[in-house]
Amino acid sequence: MKYYKNKPISSSEITPSYLFYARRKFMQLVGGATLAAIMPSTVWANDKLSASQNVTYNLKDELTPYKDVTSYNNFYEFGTSKEDPAENAKGLKTRPWSIVVDGEVKKPKTFDIEELLKMAPLEERIYRFRCVEAWSMVIPWIGFPLNELIKQVEPTGNAKFVEFISLHDQEQMPGQKSSVLEWPYREGLRIDEAMHPLTLLTMGLYGELLPNQNGAPVRVVVPWKYGFKSPKSIVRIRFTESQPVSSWMQAGPNEYGFYSNVNPDIDHARWSQAKERRIGEFFKRKTLLLNGYAEEVAQLYAGTDINSYF
Amino acid sequence: MVMRKKLLSYMRAQISIAIFDKMSFKNLSDKVIARVKIIVFLLAFMPLDKLLLYAYLNNLGANPIEKITRVTGYWALFFLLITLAITPIRRLTKWLWVMRLRRMLGLFAFFYGFLHFLTYLILDQFFDCEAILKDIIKRPYITIGFFAFVLMIPLAITSTDSLIRRLGGKRWRFLHRLVYLTAIAGVIHYWWLVKKDLTEPIIFAVVLTTLLGVRVFYGLKSIYKV
Ligand code: HEM
Repeated sequence: MKYYKNKPISSSEITPSYLFYARRKFMQLVGGATLAAIMPSTVWANDKLSASQNVTYNLKDELTPYKDVTSYNNFYEFGTSKEDPAENAKGLKTRPWSIVVDGEVKKPKTFDIEELLKMAPLEERIYRFRCVEAWSMVIPWIGFPLNELIKQVEPTGNAKFVEFISLHDQEQMPGQKSSVLEWPYREGLRIDEAMHPLTLLTMGLYGELLPNQNGAPVRVVVPWKYGFKSPKSIVRIRFTESQPVSSWMQAGPNEYGFYSNVNPDIDHARWSQAKERRIGEFFKRKTLLLNGYAEEVAQLYAGTDINSYF
Repeated sequence: MVMRKKLLSYMRAQISIAIFDKMSFKNLSDKVIARVKIIVFLLAFMPLDKLLLYAYLNNLGANPIEKITRVTGYWALFFLLITLAITPIRRLTKWLWVMRLRRMLGLFAFFYGFLHFLTYLILDQFFDCEAILKDIIKRPYITIGFFAFVLMIPLAITSTDSLIRRLGGKRWRFLHRLVYLTAIAGVIHYWWLVKKDLTEPIIFAVVLTTLLGVRVFYGLKSIYKV
């Protein structure tokens, strides 16, 4: 059982100690084999999601409180203010859910969300998350490397890029009634970026299934890029030969590039990226090149000046 | 809670005095105007009251500094436009007394603008002069916001009775035309700083255009009458 300092525990979740000990005794009696037999077949139950801690991506920074992670969101499908998604995403139906994977692949396939959850061992990874608006968080995500899924569909030699397409449904996503972005939300990565072990297919955070406002039921997290490069509520993953055009590239070609790697030396058209405010902190801190993941991902951009990627 | 109830019932009483004792808004006695001023004064502090209360309750959200910046900036622009609405209101309704609220409303615009600037200076940048200078030079939305703020300063300073007298009505009126520039710069500032959703800046821009348009209209009318 993991323990989160910042996560509020409602009193109903706390087992009285006499029950706890009685239960432990019972479990010991029943024994491991029987226990496995009676366990539910899904890895999640009551929104809890179990995962093993990834030892490499286990940042020592203080976690951003659960409340902030789930109440301060940019998710324009549910409105443009930071408080909107927590309020408006309640109606999002995340079951049933499936992702169509097609395009330049040998084995196109539609994956059901339950199947995805069991495709590979779930890991918890604590990543920095840096928004293009110069604020940041530290979030314990749960998922597995996207490359596990990519390997199953066997991209062809033509697959140079991966496009992610999010849900398009005005009824469930009231923000889509406004044409603030071109819907559905689309994002993209170069295939080697998508294959990189840091790129996480994400189904949970803070020990539970993704809350709706954080991109339920499944999203991608690319920790060395600005937050908008980490698409949410994905319904389709398409492999392409040419570089896809993302929704934000369409919205502001001079402001949002395809790469959008976190880089303190490349200012956004309207504000500086040299520093960021970590949510919960007063003083701004210096932004790290590639959000602190330079060592892991630098080889993706080797041979070229990192500042030339936009 | 008790305070608030008392305040509300006081306001209600004042409003009903204003309405029913006179039965006309055209000319209000000094006494009633004084009461109206008190009400407006108290109402104008409400955004700040709310901010302080939420700060005290630790309820400003995940990014309190951003919230404070936005609330103070929003109300600075709001009061600026309310101030600019006074003259058109007087023209439309012939209520002369509304003019006597104008200075206070203008000073509230400055008050919130000043808080907005202080929020940026202290909470956001923490006196990082280099970063602030860079911001002012390089970020168009900060440049124009700074411009708007600087223009408000002479207006606020010359708002006292004695300075109005010393300047003389003509020169004072000329100087205070700067308020149009401040408002235009404020709206552009807002327009430039939003990432994508222009709804609010558009509303402010439409209101400002209307308020300035009314002036152009009356100006042309008076020219062609002559
Ligand atoms: C020294 C001058 C100023 C500076 C440095 C400044 C800076 C800022 C900053 C940093 C923001 C927040 C941007 C964001 O959160 O993305 C902001 C928002 C805003 N400012 Fe200013 N500002 C200045 C002057 C003014 C003035 C004079 C006005 C009004 C006349 C004004 C009106 C606004 C408005 C309306 C907003 C947006 C509020 C909202 O999002 O609802 N600012 N300003």
